This record gives sequence, C-alpha cells and structure tokens, in this order.
Amino acid sequence: MPPGLFHDGRLMTDIGVSDPAIAGNSAPPVKAGSMRLPTHWLGIAPFVIFSLMFLILPTAYLILGAFQNEAGEFTLENLAALSQPSIVAAYWISIKVSLASSLIGAFAGLAIAIAIVRGGLPNWIRSATLTFSGVASNFAGVPLAFAFLATLGRLGLATVLLNTVFGINIYAYGFNILSFWGLTLTYVYFQIPLMVVIIVPAIDGLKKEWGEAAATLGATQAQYWRMVVIPVIWPSFLGTVILLFANAFGAIATAYALTGSSLNIVPILLYAQIRGDVLHNAHLGYAIAFGMIFITGLANIFYIWFRTRSERWLK
Amino acid sequence: MKTGRFWAWVTFILGAAYFFIPLIATVEFSMRMRRGAYSFDAYAIVLGDPRFQATFGYSVVAAVFTIILGVLIVVPTAYWIRLRLPHLRPIVEFITLLPLVIPAIVIVFGYIRMYGSNSPLPFLASNTGTNALLVIGYATLALPYMYRAVDTGLRTIDVKTLTEAAQILGAGWTTIIGKVILPNVLIAVLSGAFLTFAIVLGEFTMASLLNRPAFGPYLQNIGANRAYEPAALAIIAFVITWGCMSVIQVLSRFAPKSSNRPN
Repeated sequence: MPPGLFHDGRLMTDIGVSDPAIAGNSAPPVKAGSMRLPTHWLGIAPFVIFSLMFLILPTAYLILGAFQNEAGEFTLENLAALSQPSIVAAYWISIKVSLASSLIGAFAGLAIAIAIVRGGLPNWIRSATLTFSGVASNFAGVPLAFAFLATLGRLGLATVLLNTVFGINIYAYGFNILSFWGLTLTYVYFQIPLMVVIIVPAIDGLKKEWGEAAATLGATQAQYWRMVVIPVIWPSFLGTVILLFANAFGAIATAYALTGSSLNIVPILLYAQIRGDVLHNAHLGYAIAFGMIFITGLANIFYIWFRTRSERWLK
Repeated sequence: MKTGRFWAWVTFILGAAYFFIPLIATVEFSMRMRRGAYSFDAYAIVLGDPRFQATFGYSVVAAVFTIILGVLIVVPTAYWIRLRLPHLRPIVEFITLLPLVIPAIVIVFGYIRMYGSNSPLPFLASNTGTNALLVIGYATLALPYMYRAVDTGLRTIDVKTLTEAAQILGAGWTTIIGKVILPNVLIAVLSGAFLTFAIVLGEFTMASLLNRPAFGPYLQNIGANRAYEPAALAIIAFVITWGCMSVIQVLSRFAPKSSNRPN
C-alpha cells in the first residue's frame, strides 16, 4: 500500500488528535507527573528497537559497506566498479522491466478501474473484479512463474492454441517467455490488480456533484476529465506507479523461477553474489544493494516532491 | 453514455481474458500428466510428497510466529502513537512503509552480514537463531500491511475513553492492551494476519538466502526439475491465496464501518 493511501489517515491526525499534554492531564492521576516522560517513550520502545535492529541498521550497514574497501577505509571504488558492462546491463534491464510493467500495469489498471466504477457495468462485476484483484495482487512469486510457463511457455496452452488454431507460432516471431517481454507480461499480472485495488477508492472519491457542476458551467466531457478528474486522481495514480515500480524492481522469485539465471536482472545478480560471491568482491555486493535502494528511494523522493506540488492545487 | 458502456465492456472483457487465460492454461497443464486423458495425477504426486508436507508445515509455522511477532510489535505501537505520541505518527508511518522501498533481498543481505556467526549477535550461528531471523524478516515484510490494518481498526474505536475507563477500574498497561484494545481491533488484526499469511507462505527470497526448508524454495526446486507438478502447485497456491483473501472479505463485513470517536 503506497504513501498515497495515507492521506485520509493524515487528515485524522490534523483534526482527531488532542494535545498530548492535555491528554495526560485529563487522564486520571494514576501515574505521577515525573513518570510521564519515560512511559511516553517506553510505549514505542519495542517498535523502535525492532525497526532499528532489523530494518534500518542492516540497510545502513550495507550502505556504509558500499563506501568502504576491505580495510574499512572510505572509497568510491565500489560505486565506480558498478560501471562494468555486465552490472550496467543488469540495472538497465531491471529498470526497463520495472518501468514497462509498472506503466502498462498502471494504465491497464486505471482503465479497468474506470470501467468498473464509471462504465455503467452491472454491480456484481465491480465487486467480483475487486475481490479477484485482491487475490491476484498477492499471487506473485514462484507460482506465478509456473502459471505463465503453462500458458506462454513453448508447450503452454496459449502458445499451442495460437499455433494450431490461428497458425501463429509466437516463438517463431521471436517471443520468448524467458525474455524482457515475457517477464514484463508476467509482472503485469500482479501490477494491474494492485493498481485496481488502490485506485478504485480514489475514483470513488470523485463526487457526482463535480461532474454536474462542470456540466452546468458548460464544460465538455474532455474538459471535465482534464480539469477535474485527472488532477484529483493524479497523486494517487503517480504514487501507485512508483509503488508498482519498486514492487517490480525488488522482485526476484518470479524472475528466478521463470528464467533461472538466464535473464540477468539486478536482484538475480545480487542473489548470486550473496550465495557465492560471483563478483569476487564482497563490497561490490554492497554497492549493488546500495544501487537498488538508491533507485527505489529516488523514485519515492520524486513522488513526495510531486505530491506536495499537486496537493497545493487540491486544497 | 451508450459508447461509454460499450468501451467499459471491452476493457473489462480484455482484462478478464488476460487474467483468466493463464489460470485456465495452468489448470489444463496440471491435468495433462497422464497421456491422452485428463487426470489429477500431478496433484496426487505433489500432495503425497513428504517434502511438500514438511516444507508447507514449516512455512505455516513460520507464518504463525510471524503473525504473533507482528501483533506484539504493531498493536502496542499503533495504540501508543494514537494515545500519547500523535506527533510521531508521520515518522512511524514512514518507517512502516520502508519495507516497500527497501527490497526484501537487500534486507536479508543486511541480516546475513550483520548477524553472521562472528558477529556480536550471532543469529546465524544456530538453527533456532536462523529460524528466528527468518520470522523477524517476515515480520518486517508484513509491517506495512499489519500497521495499516491495525491503525485502521484503531480509528474506529475511542482509544482514549477506553483507556481511561480501564485505568479507573485499575487495569495496568498489559491488561489494557491485551483485554481492552486488542479485542476491539481483533477483526483488523485478523485481516492483517491473513494477508501476512498469504505473503509469507510462498516467500522465496529470504527463506532461500537463509537456507531454510520453507515452501518457497521447495516450489522453486520443483519448478526447476519437474514438468506438470509446478502447474499443480501454482493452482494450489492460488487457491490458498484466494482462501486468505476471502476470509479477509468475510471479516471486513463484521468490522465497524465508521468512527464513533467524538472527533
């Protein structure tokens, strides 16, 4: 679930929260005033310790390692070593697959969401689609790879049917499930439903009155979409695209089960490096991990920047 | 409006085709094991495989421990943030979202380097320690979903009044959280729990890199060595995911819909 989902929660903080000092005073005097400060912090101590030990510090450890050599001295050599052709190629194909699958997933998901919410389809289609999307967005990893091998592999049902019924041998046309497009098409299977699940509430949030108001003021359907609908759903849409991107960028199980190590994407390269130090340089592994965090982090910073810009217009 | 409805149908049917063809193909493929006739042989072989039973059992136990750990961490934190530290809420939310930004493979890589046998905290030196580390890693992956679910549940109850009432009756913090707050957000917690279960059950990356005999690595192994069994396993996995999501849907019907808080 992306940052975009949280704006309702954030609104709650603005209006629903009493000043902690007042809350402390109105509570019965069970705790003495001097006890308040430590208990305040003790309440979230388990969470702080857990997230430090098992989320933040391990990540920081890798990031620091990316800037150190074997002797522990500061260096930029590891990052420079990322520029070797095989690693650049891995990053490039990862970025391409993530970008293609997130964009295709986002637009297809948006189209389906608009169709089921605004398209005048029977109501059961909407609820059935939402239920199915909940399932399919979590149907990823190794089993998804199996499903696509059974569909579009050399002996898959779709491949065979296309060949026998329509005489189209997709493999003769250069299609391969173990390729960029094969992987992208597979990733789209969990990207579309994720988009549907997240964007439907945003489309639901479009009030009917806005359409009527726009029509009263003489707006055409196109103007209504361009000036009302798109600006309103834009932040959620963009946030979800970035979530989808990160989702695909870090995914390894599907690709690994689908292609073995024949398609050299970054997570598979890092996986091989963790298992067997295939790059013969432990710190280069840290640099690859750092590169992955850098890219997903950059995408999120871009999103936050964009969101604050667009929120100004939403107020 | 007529053309709009037409295009809505086209979009829906294209989408449905994309999503149903792989499922149909997988079902068909999984039943092709016996030559010339459809059969459930692949399912029988998979379900009878002792390694299937062992790894599936392992992952179910790991999922249960993950849910317990997640609840123990998330419920008190979300409660306390709502009650006493609302100004920290953006920071805590940000941290709970980090696992969506930091890929699982990077997190587990960090664990392997930080908690190796020679480190001050040698989780990886023993079997129990490694199992614990896997559960911890899974709890990290589930953090965004768990926190979101519990926080949504807390929004529908009046945390402050409940706490004050319990305090007047002389309850301590453990009693308040365990006997007052938790039962009130139980449905939200269960939703988070089933989502966690669906995510953890077939997880591959962490289990594989920590060398745990879990279901995800088993799936991958079968996929690399067999023809028809993987398709059967894919269908079994889909049914399990579907089951978890259905439970969440049914649960959400029992959840209170709107806030009864005064503000």
